[in-house]
Amino acid sequence: MSFLITSSPHSNDFGSVPLMMRTVIIGLLPATIAGIVLFGWPALLVILSSVIAAVLTELAVNKIMKVEPTISDGSAALTGLLLALTLSPVMPWWQAALGAVFAIAVGKMLFGGLGYNIFNPALVGRAFLAAAFPVQMTTWAAPMFWRGVEAVSSATPLALMKFQQQTTVYSKLFFGNVSGCIGETSALLLLLPALFFMFKGLINWRIPASYLGSVAVLGGLFWLIDPTKYPDPLFHLLAGGLMLGALYMATDLVTSPLTPKGMWVFGAAAGVLVVVIRLFSGLPEGVMYSILIMNAFVPLINCYTRPRILGYPQKRFGRPVK
Amino acid sequence: MAASKVKRGYLTEYLKGLWDENPVFRQLLGMCPTLAVTTSTINGLSMGLATTFVLVCSSTIVSLIRKLIPDQVRIASFIVVIATFVTMADLFLKGIFPDISKALGPFVPLIVVNCIILGRAEVFASKNDPAKSFVDALGMGSGFVVALTVLGTIREIFGTGSLFGLVNFEPWVIMILPGGAFITLGLLIGLLNYLKEKTGQQQAAPACLPVDSQAEVN
Repeated sequence: MSFLITSSPHSNDFGSVPLMMRTVIIGLLPATIAGIVLFGWPALLVILSSVIAAVLTELAVNKIMKVEPTISDGSAALTGLLLALTLSPVMPWWQAALGAVFAIAVGKMLFGGLGYNIFNPALVGRAFLAAAFPVQMTTWAAPMFWRGVEAVSSATPLALMKFQQQTTVYSKLFFGNVSGCIGETSALLLLLPALFFMFKGLINWRIPASYLGSVAVLGGLFWLIDPTKYPDPLFHLLAGGLMLGALYMATDLVTSPLTPKGMWVFGAAAGVLVVVIRLFSGLPEGVMYSILIMNAFVPLINCYTRPRILGYPQKRFGRPVK
Repeated sequence: MAASKVKRGYLTEYLKGLWDENPVFRQLLGMCPTLAVTTSTINGLSMGLATTFVLVCSSTIVSLIRKLIPDQVRIASFIVVIATFVTMADLFLKGIFPDISKALGPFVPLIVVNCIILGRAEVFASKNDPAKSFVDALGMGSGFVVALTVLGTIREIFGTGSLFGLVNFEPWVIMILPGGAFITLGLLIGLLNYLKEKTGQQQAAPACLPVDSQAEVN
């Protein structure tokens, strides 16, 4: 009788990086296609330029660093796709491409490539674009505008809530018929593949659960305090990029904590940041900054939530428990 | 002291400030003005020139009076000398170039705490003769001017979206924000390190070596 002896983490269905990346890309396709249908050719152009720029940048950096090309693992394409999904569909294509170049070159390759980056590369690219081109990053299009129904420019549900105290119907938020980033509008199309991935263990369910949970709890708390001033928790969950961020960006294997306890801390703290930024800052949306800020804390979280080695005395905050 | 035993000509003393021991790109000193005021070429250049003036004058004076200063109060004495010249530079800018003075804001008076100046006074001028100290300060100042002007030019081109008025494009707002300063400086240092590696100049500058290995440089 032979035993299979390996060190943890034990291999499961998605044992290799290329397979994981490809599966996630396929999982994001429904939301991508929905974005293209909703926002038309400009959205497709943004997506294509971002993905192509991301892959070419990785190839170029590989050449400069004189290492084997790593583009075939699909991580660059995934970063480009995730970045495009967080951009406005009416963004000029070259700005999307520039964001992808920055995301890959500075956000990932300068740190040493896949597995070494501290911050989520796609969000680094988006943060760069948000600081470099604030006007284009906050110019949104109404869904189906390409059919020529009404004016191109339109406010997102979160901006409507923040600046004009208007709510949006939940079914619209759930199915995605609202203005916003290419990939963030439909909660349903993001949730379904993510549920499958969680079931297969590809993304850890603890981070989305704690992230969405803390947003709902804290958002609900403020809603109970003053329902006329603050939006209700369901609106918090469905509007903006929270679903995309919680399901596909906060769960990035490289930039999220390793330990189960750490994942709860990470998600909960990011959720608190989202609610605080949405309700009390000058920005309508805070998912990007919440994840980036928490990315910076990941090494610290890992350090403090290390599981106890079997047989060692129980410790709390580095001191033995009496 | 070992550092003064290193026999080097005036040209080497000057050139080391430009490249081998460039205060910004190699020693990472004076980061505060480097990051804060380099939003445009003219700001970077004038900040660099003001600092160079203070650096050259104070280094020379410190070197002249280096034997009169008791060791225990040398830092305070250096600061008095530096502050004198900073006040002169500040008043000069306010009187002749009020616009630049306004753009640089509090960073002109803050030259007094610029660690390049105190650093050169402490490690070089207080141990070398005035002529050498003058050349050393001039080299360090030139390196500072070059670094600030390059940073300011890059940030101005991208931040205002125009290449000397010839090519116009969408400005990258981030480049005139603090974040752009960090990104530009980081990429420039990376580029210079890459070039240095390529040209094979791995040897560290003598002043940066530990004391016992400086003997071998001789």
